[in-house]
Amino acid sequence: MKSLTRKLFRDLLHMKGQMLAVAAVVTCGIAVFVSMSSVKYSLEASRWNYYNRYRFAEIFLQVKRAPESWREVVSRIPGVASVSTRIVTDVTLDVPGLDEPATGRLVSIPERSEPQLNGVYIVEGRYIDPDMTDEVIASRPFMDANGLKPGDHVGAVINGRWKELRIVGSGLSPEYIYEVQPGSFFPDKRRFGVFWISRRALESALDMDGAFNDLSLTLAHGASGKEVIMRLDQMFARYGSLGAYGRDEQLSDRFISDEIKQLGTQITILPAIFFSVAVFLLNIVLQRLVSTQRDQIAVLKAMGYANAEIALHYLGFALVPTGAGALAGSLAGAWLGTRLVRIYGDFYNFSELLYVFRPENLITSVLLSIIAAVAGALLALRRAVQLPPAEAMRPETPALYRPGVLDRGGFGRRFPVTVRIIVRNIERRPWKSALSVLMISMSVAILIAGRYSYDAVDRMSLVEFGDKHREDVTVIFNKPMPTSVAYQIASLEGVLEHEYYREEPARLSFGHRSRRQTLKGLPSSEGLQRLVDTRRQRVGLPSGGILLTTKLAEILGVKPGDRLQVELLQGSRRSAEVPVAGTIDEILGLSAYMRLDELDRLAGDSGALNAANLRIDPAREQALYREFKHMPGVSGIMMLKALRSSFDELIARSMTTSTLILTTFACVLAFAIVYNGARISLSERSRELSSLRVMGLTKGEIAFILLGEQALFCIFAVPIGFLIGVGLSVLLSMALSSELYRLPLTFSPANFLFASGVLFSVAIVSGLVVRRRLVTLDLIAVLKTRE
Amino acid sequence: MTPETDKSEPVLQIVEVSKIYLMGEVSVSALRNVSLDFRSGELVVLLGASGSGKSTLLNIVGGLDVPTSGRLLFRGRDLTLATDAALTEYRRRSIGFVFQFYNLISSLTALENVQLVTEISRNPMPAEEALRLVGLADRMHHFPAQLSGGEQQRVAIARAVAKRPELLLCDEPTGALDYLTGKLVLEVIERINRELGTTTLVITHNSSIAGMADRVITLRSGEVAEDRRNTERLSPSELSW
Repeated sequence: MKSLTRKLFRDLLHMKGQMLAVAAVVTCGIAVFVSMSSVKYSLEASRWNYYNRYRFAEIFLQVKRAPESWREVVSRIPGVASVSTRIVTDVTLDVPGLDEPATGRLVSIPERSEPQLNGVYIVEGRYIDPDMTDEVIASRPFMDANGLKPGDHVGAVINGRWKELRIVGSGLSPEYIYEVQPGSFFPDKRRFGVFWISRRALESALDMDGAFNDLSLTLAHGASGKEVIMRLDQMFARYGSLGAYGRDEQLSDRFISDEIKQLGTQITILPAIFFSVAVFLLNIVLQRLVSTQRDQIAVLKAMGYANAEIALHYLGFALVPTGAGALAGSLAGAWLGTRLVRIYGDFYNFSELLYVFRPENLITSVLLSIIAAVAGALLALRRAVQLPPAEAMRPETPALYRPGVLDRGGFGRRFPVTVRIIVRNIERRPWKSALSVLMISMSVAILIAGRYSYDAVDRMSLVEFGDKHREDVTVIFNKPMPTSVAYQIASLEGVLEHEYYREEPARLSFGHRSRRQTLKGLPSSEGLQRLVDTRRQRVGLPSGGILLTTKLAEILGVKPGDRLQVELLQGSRRSAEVPVAGTIDEILGLSAYMRLDELDRLAGDSGALNAANLRIDPAREQALYREFKHMPGVSGIMMLKALRSSFDELIARSMTTSTLILTTFACVLAFAIVYNGARISLSERSRELSSLRVMGLTKGEIAFILLGEQALFCIFAVPIGFLIGVGLSVLLSMALSSELYRLPLTFSPANFLFASGVLFSVAIVSGLVVRRRLVTLDLIAVLKTRE
Repeated sequence: MTPETDKSEPVLQIVEVSKIYLMGEVSVSALRNVSLDFRSGELVVLLGASGSGKSTLLNIVGGLDVPTSGRLLFRGRDLTLATDAALTEYRRRSIGFVFQFYNLISSLTALENVQLVTEISRNPMPAEEALRLVGLADRMHHFPAQLSGGEQQRVAIARAVAKRPELLLCDEPTGALDYLTGKLVLEVIERINRELGTTTLVITHNSSIAGMADRVITLRSGEVAEDRRNTERLSPSELSW
């Protein structure tokens, strides 16, 4: 090994604390980058693999009932590659071991062959027997959640008739990677499941012989989806079409695509913060190193070492810790990636969850760390190279101090010397001090942003399961019911309050923009269900128009007062211009609300109801559930309590890990910055502090001078960190918000307390470490050395 | 005032060299029209009080600094307008430095400090041999902090001579040492000059050292005040101050 290399490693060892801090920050940045990229790649690859192997369709269409002969017609539309028709219906289920009714989505499959599109992956058991009309394959998450095995039975009310279904296998489909009940946003695996059943069985149960109500197709290479959708809409309008749509509107695909997009944003924002901190740390550590080693640099130059050799030597001080960080970060990231992918596996049901670790990631990590090293070392290298050897032999000229603001104001004399030293030191290098404060505040900011998602999800849960709803259950009817159904429900024993709403699938258009959207007709906004925005403010239901979610208004490009073209897609299929009466900034999904009576008028009928919100007597709960299980006309029950606990459980599992990772990394960041600041300060001033000790100042007094400055930095960094943290959270909320949900901006005092608590704990620990060195300062040795 | 004429080729020629430092708005003339020749194998002692310009002269001779005016010729090659790279090459090949404060790299052992030079030289002596030459064969694996001041200075000398320089420049080599150790270090310098024939320039404010030189140059206020030859070179052990 060359002597210069040996010097490099020995010096590195000597300053191991600071170098470890730099390496740790780089490790965190790379770990975040590698783990999140591999999760992104894994999700993309798993999705691609799943969609291809199980022939996931590209265009979807639901109709009321259309003759099977249309399948042939559709297949002749230019650009259509293959077409598949099915019968799909939602039913109430009686699941063994579950008191309350569950909802089952029955999806027809061919008796003798695999479905042409939207295939089913049999995880366990077998395909249905062509001759047995009661056999079903059930979705695996539902079976797992309910402890069901092939051979078990569930009861179902299909078209008003009770039927016992025999489970012969568990399966998964690319259509339900994210499996949620219609009308819900969060999976409730115990109470919603998909069941694949023979086409013949459903045809006879639903009187759908020679007909279908669900069509899906794939496109030929290069074909335009828009064109095909338009043709389908024209063809099936008379069959009660709800409008054809592409994968981008398919709920399950939408969730995964949004997730992948969000990961992409996080891959950019978070590592960028860690890397800028690493660059900053390297910069101050190396500048200090070059300044303490100026005589060594001079002697190397005197010996004939070229500038390039010296620059390379000092670049090594940056490359070693960042390189080590890149290596450790890649390993940690690869490991974290596998853990995170597994967590995503709980959310999303893939046939096979591939773990993809791309070698390019390693190369990018190495490149990033080299860039960070060079960027961090640049100023120090320039100083080392430009240092004239003759001058470097002489000690550095004493730093220039001028009377600062404090002195000019005449306040200086009122403070003890120790305080004046601290203040002058900060005043002398305002930029460096400001940068130190900024970097410390970055760690506070990351802590705030990391825990912001907790607060946001808390708010989400509070609004969606608390403020908005007073009902206990929502009973969903399998078809629009006459208003007389209200009397029937009200007569059930144990129903304390009841409220109904109507849902009409519609197409909303404004100018050239249009959107398929269900119109929800509510009797009022003061009943069981309320309208509440992200700030928990109640919003009234306006009369004489539609109330749109802010996001939906944005998509359609409308503002209150504009007139929307509304085309109902069912029943009368009437079309009318309706004014936008207002907007509401809601957390979940996209919605369009109207007064129930106005929606009835728009539909031009005597009224219809799609669901009932009920508040029920807890004592009668079980009996009511039993009644619902067998009630004809009910396709599903949603229970607020169950939804909330499933949401909380899901979030707890997924967010705890990622927030824990981010919090840990932010602590590393805070420690690295504060500790390094104190160490540099000690190195710069050990001579001065020793002189003060020789003059009779106590250990406590010199510790006060050294650590007082760092403490001041931390105090300033807290409010600035809060501000940056809030800004970062706004960015995160924008990046993570989609049509599916918006993260509300909300911060609990606990978040701020935690962030400042972490910072001060870290500051105290690093202060103690540095103080130990200060106490053992060898006065004679320090004073004897040439600065 | 001029020394006896020497027939051998000059290793280094300084021709009317001046150096002016700008310190804020004041300009300080560190050297004024200095002309000197150094001949092969000579041991020259350069005397001068603090501020006389001797360190500036050493820096210019060593290629660490460039003159404001005048010329510097090394073996006939003009170094006055040499680039930074050419000066680096000059120091690398031809110059050995010994500093008052030794300037050893504290994280390297004695041997490694010497190797720092042998690794970049064209025809160096083995680092171990250089250390043997200064009497430190048994201390070569010690770090600077484990060596006395005299030992550190001898490592610095070993480091300077290991590359077999044509010119050995010693800046106050005894300045930080006690009397006995100082003499020991001078003995090493004298032996190197005698045994290896290296042209040696010792800069000092201590006029008692002048006795060991072939030639003594005195600088005063940036000018050559005296340039004389000793009729007889004394051994450092015979010196006293």
